[in-house]
Amino acid sequence: MIVAITISILISMALIIIRAINGPTIYDRILAGNVFGSTTLALIAILSIIVDDAMYIDVALVYALINFVTTIAFLKYFKYRSLGKK
Amino acid sequence: MEIFLNILSWACLFSGAFFIFTSAVGILRMPDFFTRLHPAGMTDSLGLPLILIGLLFQSDFGLISLKILILIIFAVTTSATSCHALAKAALVSDIKPEGTIEKKPTKKTASKKATAKKSEGAK
Repeated sequence: MIVAITISILISMALIIIRAINGPTIYDRILAGNVFGSTTLALIAILSIIVDDAMYIDVALVYALINFVTTIAFLKYFKYRSLGKK
Repeated sequence: MEIFLNILSWACLFSGAFFIFTSAVGILRMPDFFTRLHPAGMTDSLGLPLILIGLLFQSDFGLISLKILILIIFAVTTSATSCHALAKAALVSDIKPEGTIEKKPTKKTASKKATAKKSEGAK
């Protein structure tokens, strides 16, 4: 049962990667990156069931924080062409 | 009780995987950037929390379940924030939704378009 869930998440990651490669605008690519991070989060959560180790929840927590900050930083960079003062 | 919790947990896990898969198909197949935002928000606000709730039913009550709850709250709030930021940034940088009816250019919009073209040229 856990194998079916893992495989479906991996297939959806492949589909999102396709969108990230041939997205027409830069915002499509940023969106695909954001969603890819979320699916990775789900995969890490599933991994904590497979390995039966609760440590992976901490990894997922840090990954969620970094994913959010990355999305906002990419948006700011591509809008203003710098991360510091405008 | 144990069997009941197990069934509930697996139902949550399977429906979460289903929603993640459908939203990936939607991101690939939707025609426009603004329509693609909808399945993207679905992954973060429906698929991921369902998988984490399924995890919550399997874990023992304690610090781990608190961490999972924090993760659920964080996922829901940040997905809404990042989707709004993406839509706003795309609108500001002159990406029109598909099927928009062009209005006749008034003075304000004309000057706006001119400045947008200038900034594009500067890139």
